[in-house]
Amino acid sequence: MSATVQTLPATSSRRGLGIAPARLTARAVSAWFGDHKVLERVSLDMAPRRVTALIGPSGCGKSTFLRILNRMHELVPSASLAGTVELDGLDIYRGPRSTTETRKRIGMVFQKPNPFPAMSVADNVLSGLKLSRMKLSSRAERRELVEHALGRAGLWNEVKSRLETPGGALSGGQQQRLCIARALAVRPQVLLMDEPCSALDPTSTRRIEDTIAEISEEVTVVIVTHNMQQAQRVSHDCAFFLAGENEPGYIVESGTTEKMFSEPDDTRTLDYVRGRFG
Amino acid sequence: MTTASTELRIERETQALEDRVRFRRLDVDDAMPVCGAGLSAFCLVWLVYERLTPLSGGLGFWLSWYGVFLAVHWLVVRERSGPLAAADRLATVVLTTAGLCLLVPLTLIVGYTAYRGWAALRPTFFVKDLRYTGSLSKATDGGGAHAIVGTLEQVGLAVLISVPLGVATAVFLNEVGGRLARPVRLIVDTMSAIPSIVAGLFIFAVIVLTFGQNGFAGALALSVLMLPTVTRTSEVVLRLVPGGLREASLALGASEWRTTRDVVLPTARPGLATAVILGVARAIGETAPLLLTIGGAFVMNADPFHGKQDALPYFVYRLIRFPQNAQVQRAWTGALVLLALVLVLFVIARIIGGRGPGHAGPFKRRRRRRLDMKEHA
Repeated sequence: MSATVQTLPATSSRRGLGIAPARLTARAVSAWFGDHKVLERVSLDMAPRRVTALIGPSGCGKSTFLRILNRMHELVPSASLAGTVELDGLDIYRGPRSTTETRKRIGMVFQKPNPFPAMSVADNVLSGLKLSRMKLSSRAERRELVEHALGRAGLWNEVKSRLETPGGALSGGQQQRLCIARALAVRPQVLLMDEPCSALDPTSTRRIEDTIAEISEEVTVVIVTHNMQQAQRVSHDCAFFLAGENEPGYIVESGTTEKMFSEPDDTRTLDYVRGRFG
Repeated sequence: MTTASTELRIERETQALEDRVRFRRLDVDDAMPVCGAGLSAFCLVWLVYERLTPLSGGLGFWLSWYGVFLAVHWLVVRERSGPLAAADRLATVVLTTAGLCLLVPLTLIVGYTAYRGWAALRPTFFVKDLRYTGSLSKATDGGGAHAIVGTLEQVGLAVLISVPLGVATAVFLNEVGGRLARPVRLIVDTMSAIPSIVAGLFIFAVIVLTFGQNGFAGALALSVLMLPTVTRTSEVVLRLVPGGLREASLALGASEWRTTRDVVLPTARPGLATAVILGVARAIGETAPLLLTIGGAFVMNADPFHGKQDALPYFVYRLIRFPQNAQVQRAWTGALVLLALVLVLFVIARIIGGRGPGHAGPFKRRRRRRLDMKEHA
């Protein structure tokens, strides 16, 4: 796998927004849909150059929390929230940055692969730049970026001969890696992944996990996963979410993955990671 | 290359030798009961109608035949394959009949128009107008060029007015929404119920009384009719665009306008082409809104903004009421040309709307070429 992943060319390291992976800090974040509270004062520090996994049973607010981190939560009409989220010390909700600027810096990969069907593979990769009005002057530069981003996502060798085919013509696993390439092409400082492998076969899952390991040097990764082995394999830090019946979700405990999986402070964490409930 | 194609051929030949199970092939076992039931039902009904009872009449005969045919067919299949298969077959036969029945009027309309119109269809119909053609000239004299030009211009203008407006409204209803969306949707729905003559009257009162009759007034009246169709169809099409695509675009840092322009609308393009087709279909055959607005003419007038114009439906409507056979013949030819025009427009819309992603149209191709040249320079 690592043979297909290219190292960062010197010229492109300064391109785009991402200067360095950033620290993302959530402080006492609560969230509501209408009057229904779904998150209860969640605080979490997501360190740069590390992969943070959010684990926990379904419906405990992991995805909501992830969507709060790049302002996707507010797309739901009745949604509201409290608390602060800071990207390198700047509050993303009350700070000086615009919503689009924030989302450019904090990319997202969704559970279901969603390449733009009306665009070719290459255009899909470049879509983030086109959509957010970042300019690439020459075609050579574009080609280099397409190759680089697809290479980072471990997809270049499979699609280099059909860059002009529609993005929807790829297989499910390839589509998801295309979405990762698309998110990486904007050069975000943080990449959020919402169960990126839940719809994929083991081989594709493996490749995406390799990709995560490769990119964690350049971008802060936060991943939601239901797969305990995956959390153990890819993440450095771990946060365990839990919610009682009809109660908002909260973080039971967080820490390094090693500690969380071997000797957590809370017995519920141990039960969950050992597969005894959830 | 050569070895690959040889391998492919060998593979194809081996495939031909394999014994393949073919699904959905018309089976003798399925066809025989249908034929047999049809025949026996015919004999039975004939016996009852012609020999045993004093019944008569073609419609009753064939309706009875169809009823008896269904019953016999059901019984036969039930004997052979059980009641479940019999019900299945019965449904298949009834639905097939329904489909064929629906085809009948369509074929009749198109076929009869073609039959009546064909006689006077000459190439001159597409180039001449009725300037030098009187009621007593031959049917092949003159032509409908002025009406064709009028229809194309009026419908073209109506498309230019109603499609941007309709798609914009659909985008508002679907992507912007808010409190105003409900009343707007209600008004659009109400608009689709406007009788076409009322649309014509409205334009007559507002535009024609001031500016006089011309093609543009007709186009406005047609737009009133097209707008709700285009809007509602576009709205449905936009709603089919998966929400995940919008989220993906927003998550990349796109504004909502860029998301709509670069992701939602291109994804919905084939469906939007359908919306345009349905709008044109609604408008192109309308006579009533044109009656009061375009004025009608026998002379070519290619300027839709000044002077009276003709349109194909109007051309047909006026000529068909003449007592002279030649004029009536000309009207049928006009009707046939109108049908052909609709077909051509639909094919064009399908080609434009159905092009795959990544397809480079003439503009995009030219731009790419220019960029290439710039880079080499």
